[in-house]
Amino acid sequence: MTMKRSAGAKPVFFDEMVLPDGTNRTPYAVVAEWLSGCPRGLMRKKQDEAASIFRRLGITFAVYGREEANERLIPFDLIPRVISASEWRFLERGIEQRVRALNAFLHDIYHRQEIIRAGRIPAALINDNEAFLPEMVGFDPPRNVYSHIIGTDIVRTGENSFFVLEDNLRTPSGVSYMLENREAMMHLFPDLFSKHRVRPVERYPEMLRRTLESVAPAGCDGDPTIAVLTPGIFNSAYFEHAFLADQMGVELVQGSDLFVENGALYMRTIRGKERVDVVYRRVDDAFLDPLAFDPTSMLGVPGLFDLYRAGRVTIVNAPGTGIADDKAIYAYVPEIIEFYTGEKPILDNVPTWRCGEPESLAYVLDRLPELVVKEVHGSGGYGMLVGPAATKKEIAEFAKRLKARPSNYIAQPTLALSTCPSVTAAGFAPRHVDLRPFVLVGDRVRITPGGLTRVALKKGSLVVNSSQGGGTKDTWVLED
Amino acid sequence: MLGRTAASLFWMSRYIERAENIARLTEAGYRISLTPDVGQGHREDWKSTLIAAGNFDGFVRKHGEVSAEKAQHWLLFDRDNSSSVRCCLETARNNGRAVRTALTREMWEALNSTWIEFSAIKPADLASGRLPEFLDWVRMRSNLFRGSLLGTLLRDEGYHFSQLGAFIERGDNTARILDVKYYVLLPSNASVGGEVDAYQWETILRSVSAHRSYRHVYKDRYRPWNVAEFLILRQEMPRSLRFSVGWVERSLEGLHALTGGGATAFAEARALHDVLRDGDMDAIFQSGLHEFLTDFLAKNNAVSGSIAGDYNFN
Repeated sequence: MTMKRSAGAKPVFFDEMVLPDGTNRTPYAVVAEWLSGCPRGLMRKKQDEAASIFRRLGITFAVYGREEANERLIPFDLIPRVISASEWRFLERGIEQRVRALNAFLHDIYHRQEIIRAGRIPAALINDNEAFLPEMVGFDPPRNVYSHIIGTDIVRTGENSFFVLEDNLRTPSGVSYMLENREAMMHLFPDLFSKHRVRPVERYPEMLRRTLESVAPAGCDGDPTIAVLTPGIFNSAYFEHAFLADQMGVELVQGSDLFVENGALYMRTIRGKERVDVVYRRVDDAFLDPLAFDPTSMLGVPGLFDLYRAGRVTIVNAPGTGIADDKAIYAYVPEIIEFYTGEKPILDNVPTWRCGEPESLAYVLDRLPELVVKEVHGSGGYGMLVGPAATKKEIAEFAKRLKARPSNYIAQPTLALSTCPSVTAAGFAPRHVDLRPFVLVGDRVRITPGGLTRVALKKGSLVVNSSQGGGTKDTWVLED
Repeated sequence: MLGRTAASLFWMSRYIERAENIARLTEAGYRISLTPDVGQGHREDWKSTLIAAGNFDGFVRKHGEVSAEKAQHWLLFDRDNSSSVRCCLETARNNGRAVRTALTREMWEALNSTWIEFSAIKPADLASGRLPEFLDWVRMRSNLFRGSLLGTLLRDEGYHFSQLGAFIERGDNTARILDVKYYVLLPSNASVGGEVDAYQWETILRSVSAHRSYRHVYKDRYRPWNVAEFLILRQEMPRSLRFSVGWVERSLEGLHALTGGGATAFAEARALHDVLRDGDMDAIFQSGLHEFLTDFLAKNNAVSGSIAGDYNFN
């Protein structure tokens, strides 16, 4: 499962539908047949129909730094991405192993730090890391779960080659697109579903609710009251916050709706105050509580963190989970899995060079045109270099930034992301995809069969981020 | 229900109602400007339209002199005027967006598609006589929103807060329209009653789309006394003060029954409704029409403040 690709060689991409000999892979049999009989005009029409459904429903996202397009639709590609039952079983096992290990790692890091004592991870990596939250040291969250809601980004490069690209343990988004994409597909192509046994994704909100209830504070009697905390309507994922609150049947609150009084968290309602037990927050750690963190934050609730530490309310995901999905830590995840589970990792990591190490930096600087270089704390495809797609000038400029702050970067080989058939102006054509399955950790691990497939709609592009012009697809996990 | 949710529902409906009212006012103003040589001239008419819309001062600060073109742009498109149709539609949508889970899908679609369609309209598109078409569109969108609300929203707290926003705004709007022109409605004026005045009376009725229903009720030419009565005391007139306050009282009663709260606002609305139900035009003219309207505006506003206080809007 290593990537055997010599520098400079033209990569061969694995297509998930069509094999090099021209035959179709089994999971795609029905889709391939459907596509071959599909008049081109129909796809255009359905594409328009889908766009107008999404726009009317307000399924938009904000692109930071672009005022004229402050609400945009994520393009939706009509051709589903299909995953077989056995492929899914493999992914599921690998993901569960990984999220259990990462939660165990978080508990250890905020307690005895056995993994550092054992010499498996350098102490400096934790102690000098901005994502490490000293305020969490010694605290035991309910069920010892830190990251309850996880989006594990996975890429595929071959029939049996899957790699985890990122763990996303803080406040991953995108699950509403998974659910609405399925809604749209069932509306647009009901016949296609009758020819497959596609596992449903619709139970996600119910599973999320059960997960949140399962981590209510110990002292909470009766049904816990859950609230989704959003930064507000101008946040890029606001639609999703509202959607999830609605689907779970819980309140969507902003910081100003909440207050702390006599050792409990309350929301202001038209009938007075109502107690809140579990906060599914979509606000970053720094803004959660102006008394504990950023004092200028208007998005949080003064006193929330003390309440949390006193076990009077549960914050989901826990503050401080960023220490486990930091890109510098990422390179150690295989060791982390072995250390806490005693097992070999089921899912591989992408080989990663930590530019803070002089040897790695020299190697990376030497091979910038073929590597992907990312900021350790960056996300959303901002501030990254995709070597093969960059101009000489861009590479030279990036090299300067890299040399100025090497420890701020990691580098990875340009992955030969698999392709799936997609609708393009010139008919159906392969486009690169990745996959974000959604994982819930509470009383048990729950993984929704499917996830969000992101697709780079530009020909040849390997960047699937929606902020960089990527789209999404419905993701089908088939039953046996 | 969160206090903020209630506040957003209230303001969402209030701003949609305001957008519709501004469109009616602008239409009435536009109509006068097509008829030359009446009253004190166009400039004065646009001035009173701006006063009735409640933002003449802001207009003067920005533009100084009144012109038809500037007044229309200010009323419909100006971002500096928080009550322009543009700002009303945007604010209504933002409030709706903030409480999406409290709206039905149809209500949200009505709000959202209105804003999307509005965003595609450029002020220049309305040149060469297309203004009435646009104003019709605004009214139709308001009707669509109201229809989807009445047709799909559960009759719970959220419904009552939405109704409160709409009817507080409507009473306020009608009272302001009357107050701007109250002098042409005074009985002393009836004896003068020239063509100019008849035109003013008709303008008032048009501003609330009541110039035809007036004739159904009074079966007579426009008389200032009747015009005032129609817009203040008649319960069958859906934009009259009595009708609006009646709905405010009913909604507060419904909320009180559901929540056990809201005592202050309910008592104030009931008292205000009593005044209108028991009132007669003789007494109102006797004590002064302008004074009556000023008092109404203050009390209507006080009810709005008490609703916010009673139900934890902040």
